[in-house]
Amino acid sequence: MEQYVDILQEVGNIGIGNAATALAEFLSAKIKVTVPQTDFVPVEEVFTRIGRAEELVAAILLRVDGDLSGMVLFLFPEASARELIAQILGQPVAAIQELDDMEESVLLEIGNVLTGSFLNAVSAMTQLTIIPAVPLFTFDMLGAIINSSLLGTGMVEDQVLLIKTVLLQEGNGVSGDLLFFFDIGALDTLLNVLRIQLENISGRVIPCEAGTDR
Amino acid sequence: MAEAARMTLLNCPSEIQVGIADLKVGGEPAVLVTLGLGSCVGVTLYDPVQKVGGLLHIMLPKMSDFTRGRVKPAKFADTGIPLLLQEVLGLGASRRLLEAKIAGGAQMFSGLDKSFVMNMGNKNVDAVRETLRELRIKIAAEDVGGKNGRTMILYTATGRVVIRIRGTQLKEI
Repeated sequence: MEQYVDILQEVGNIGIGNAATALAEFLSAKIKVTVPQTDFVPVEEVFTRIGRAEELVAAILLRVDGDLSGMVLFLFPEASARELIAQILGQPVAAIQELDDMEESVLLEIGNVLTGSFLNAVSAMTQLTIIPAVPLFTFDMLGAIINSSLLGTGMVEDQVLLIKTVLLQEGNGVSGDLLFFFDIGALDTLLNVLRIQLENISGRVIPCEAGTDR
Repeated sequence: MAEAARMTLLNCPSEIQVGIADLKVGGEPAVLVTLGLGSCVGVTLYDPVQKVGGLLHIMLPKMSDFTRGRVKPAKFADTGIPLLLQEVLGLGASRRLLEAKIAGGAQMFSGLDKSFVMNMGNKNVDAVRETLRELRIKIAAEDVGGKNGRTMILYTATGRVVIRIRGTQLKEI
């Protein structure tokens, strides 16, 4: 598995770069992104890599289907979520627990923009079809959000691939995390495509792992 | 797991974390805590006379529904609960006195497309109830469903179970 981590990181990198550009256009602001951390993580450790289990965060979750299926999750701290909404609607927002439909849809739209551009980049790079579903929203404890999102991948494996990056809007401290959890069959598909591409580039045959089952 | 149980007993006084797809038991006054129950379900078994109990955090309903990832019995309701039962009996609990409390099984995300979530929270709760019924363990209290994630805490000195919602709101069940 390990030899793929670098290349998965690169896929994440390109995807997130694209997403940041889209968000910057959407907000007419400068967005910085961190180099994604890509890793295989035991299920029970996923949220400890991101924050405190009981931390309250705004979450936008999208199911994606097609050749490359899984769950995409954006997490924003409460203050960042409020700031994003305020910027777009041009007026301050009350507590995030009591978002009205308009405010919630602003966050969902941001999720759409980010995910669409992220996935377009990944799709262009891999020639795999990726079809995002309608985004869903919640504001709750980090641990519960992550665990419930993982269940949307059919979460029956004991390890998950975590691609984590931070989007940062300069000036007013908006930050967010993007996480991608692949369905397990989808990860095999992606790794195969990447292996073939690597072979084409390097001109040598890279042995196929005996499945990517762990 | 037996090793884990012994370690639990040795280290007890402070909070003992129960991870996802994990279980812990305690006899000495112990505080067992599981964080991040969304559509997952937390199950406690407690013997009020011996004052021993345990807490399990399951993710999925039935092991037999899945062909992969069957490494951890504590991940599934139908295999995790019997394991929890075995562990608390191992600490001296009396089977006929055991009471269960359950929490979790929320539907956390709102929006138009809920199909993928497959209502996993409800399925988990149903599977937990069914397994407990088969084992003839009565459910003394529950806090299930709804939209919010939960933290579940079992105090083995008293059998109290406290639910924490959104990090602050507390409720005893």
